[in-house]
Amino acid sequence: MDLVPVLARWLHFLAGVMWIGLLYYFNFVQVPALKAAAADGTAGGITKHVAPRALLYFRWAAVVTWLAGAALLGSNFVSAFTLQKGYAAIGIGAWLGTIMLVNVWALIWPNQQKILGLVPATDDEKNKARRAALLASRTNTMLSIPMLFFMAGGLTHKAAFGL
Amino acid sequence: MKNPLDSLWGTIISGLVLTAILYFVVKNFLV
Repeated sequence: MDLVPVLARWLHFLAGVMWIGLLYYFNFVQVPALKAAAADGTAGGITKHVAPRALLYFRWAAVVTWLAGAALLGSNFVSAFTLQKGYAAIGIGAWLGTIMLVNVWALIWPNQQKILGLVPATDDEKNKARRAALLASRTNTMLSIPMLFFMAGGLTHKAAFGL
Repeated sequence: MKNPLDSLWGTIISGLVLTAILYFVVKNFLV
């Protein structure tokens, strides 16, 4: 038994559950909760104590998921990313996951730092950051749907693609 | 036109539509 793919797949799933689980938490729980909390003046607890911790695990789980996925692809890495015959489905999944990782570090995290006051920003900059972070986060939620479809390759998927 | 990503249902439906489009492309042109 080759231990590297076994451990890489396990770690890919563990970190992926944490990443996408927190992504869904932000979109399905925290954003609607913050609206309600802002109305009764209790949003401070979420933005001060919950959001920074959730974002910490969220952004680093994204990195670990990608690295473990790359290790799992191993020598098939290039074949997957260039969508070679037999690797197109996992390649699409890998591309979607990569776009999502870039979204986390280039859009969501820098904008969240402004929103949460971790870096200085004017009220106008914070409002723009809120919109950019929301759209980036929603984009990742949207992309997670096909990403998980293409990642979850198995016997049923081979049948779905007529293989 | 309203941005579908402004609502959770719009986001989910967009994801499902994108899945169907990518599945069609992969099955017919890439596999």
